Amino acid sequence: MSLTNDDVLHIARLARIKLTGADVDRFAAQLSGILDHFAALAAVDTGDLEPTAHPLPLSNVMREDEVAASLTRDEALVNAPQTEDGYIRVRAVLE
Amino acid sequence: MSDLWRLTAHEAHEKLRAKEFTSIELTRSVLDRIEAVEPQVRAYITVTADLALEQAREADARYESGNATPLTGIPVAVKDLIVTKGTRTTAGSKILENFVPPYDSHVYEQLLKAGAVMVGKANMDEFAMGSSTEHSAYGPTHNPWQLDLVPGGSSGGSAAAIAAGEALVSLGSDTGGSIRQPASLCGVVGLDPTYGRVSRYGIVAFGSSLDQVGPIGRDVEDVATMLTCIAGHDPRDSTSNPEPMPDFRHYLGRDIKGMRVGVPREYFIEGMEEGVKERISEALRVLEDLGCEVDRDLSLPSTEHALAVYYIIAPSEASANLARYDGVKYGFSDHSGGTMWEDMERTRAEGFGAEVKRRIMLGTYALSAGYYDAYYLKAQKVRTLINNEFADAFDRYDVIVTPTSPTVAFPIGAKVDDPYAMYLNDIYTLPSSVAGLPAISVPCGLSEGLPVGLQVIGNFFDEGRILQTAHAFEQALGGANTLPDVR
Repeated sequence: MSLTNDDVLHIARLARIKLTGADVDRFAAQLSGILDHFAALAAVDTGDLEPTAHPLPLSNVMREDEVAASLTRDEALVNAPQTEDGYIRVRAVLE
Repeated sequence: MSDLWRLTAHEAHEKLRAKEFTSIELTRSVLDRIEAVEPQVRAYITVTADLALEQAREADARYESGNATPLTGIPVAVKDLIVTKGTRTTAGSKILENFVPPYDSHVYEQLLKAGAVMVGKANMDEFAMGSSTEHSAYGPTHNPWQLDLVPGGSSGGSAAAIAAGEALVSLGSDTGGSIRQPASLCGVVGLDPTYGRVSRYGIVAFGSSLDQVGPIGRDVEDVATMLTCIAGHDPRDSTSNPEPMPDFRHYLGRDIKGMRVGVPREYFIEGMEEGVKERISEALRVLEDLGCEVDRDLSLPSTEHALAVYYIIAPSEASANLARYDGVKYGFSDHSGGTMWEDMERTRAEGFGAEVKRRIMLGTYALSAGYYDAYYLKAQKVRTLINNEFADAFDRYDVIVTPTSPTVAFPIGAKVDDPYAMYLNDIYTLPSSVAGLPAISVPCGLSEGLPVGLQVIGNFFDEGRILQTAHAFEQALGGANTLPDVR
């Protein structure tokens, strides 16, 4: 499996990571090399086996919806890079 | 008095109870040791000396009033992806360089309840992605046995701190071997619990179907004590197991006559160092001398696929988990982009290191349109195959024994530019991680002066039996490794 530089740029865009030209070359080579090693999986006979998302036989863990203590607004905002009037400040999403 | 840092946690607890010294004295001894060797070892991202002395004072009061636990007053290192209220938690990443959590993780709450003393936040590969601790944004940790070698990873700081006497016990986290492999390379004991045994509440997430916090210590008893402290049900992690939990120390000191030990032949492959192979062969003979029925002909045919399965599933989960680092809610933020998307892309470009970017991109690719079935779904099906083979094996065996790592510690810099060579370090620890099974690494001697680890894998929630086996084995070898001279 060989990834082109365009493939790498597409993936980086999906992942929201800005890459330099040198990054793109390096990741194209490294990711292609790693994917080559994964090619053998395609040949494994998995018949009608169900996929495993999770090692334990758990589903729909429920609990009572009870009010409990949580962070105060100030605590929740303490690590926010930009705040204003008790809110997190962000750039406009819509142009 | 000056060498108190050399004690195991259980030795220190007995002496604290007998009033031979105080926790303040023990903590000072460890802090002095940190000051002496930390410039060479670099096991910590943050040393919390003031907090430790305050906790030690409280611990001494508990010994006075007679309500001490086995961990009261014991200096502990905590991997820096375990959230600690008021103490910076970086996950080894620049993107969390200034993150001071407003809440505590479940496991740290458990340590606080037990009266433990936190001396520092241990170094790690960024977001636990790595096998050498070289992928830390805060510089590599050095192996106390030989300083130009890696300590393993990703919990390299947690393992090196124990081998260097910079803490008596520690917490690491294991996604694909990140507790066991560094424990092996640093000559200490490390345990990856069954998935669901320990709450993940307040643990910086990497691979959510794989991550577990677990203990590292000088000997098996200390690891059993730590596991008993941190394990148990927590409603804040819906995958944490509600079953009643034993005191794991009850399994220690029991003989292992008749224990059925399976040794999978697929683990004895090209790439395993001769010295490792010799130590493992000797270890199997020790187990036989202790009365175990050792079968060297167990077959787990899908073992060879565990690496691909893991390195598709874990990065896929990571690509989703790490989407939260967007420079908006917390963490490093670059505002120079002019638009929201440009800010976000710059924040992530600057905040993440190369290995984290590689894994996010690998996972993003495996989950992307057109490739999901071929990679992610296929890996999940092969995961089922691996699980089924383990399930069959545990019908016939009580424990499965393998090497922990194919090699002893390797030089810093040797593999850091070759991602796949680095991934191969985890070849023996990945299969049980993929299956969610508990496994322990216990020292089994040296090869060319460097520690080799024996891995004991157990069935679901059967930590008791792997601790029992590892403890009997450790005692047969004469107890814990002598600490190396750091120089």
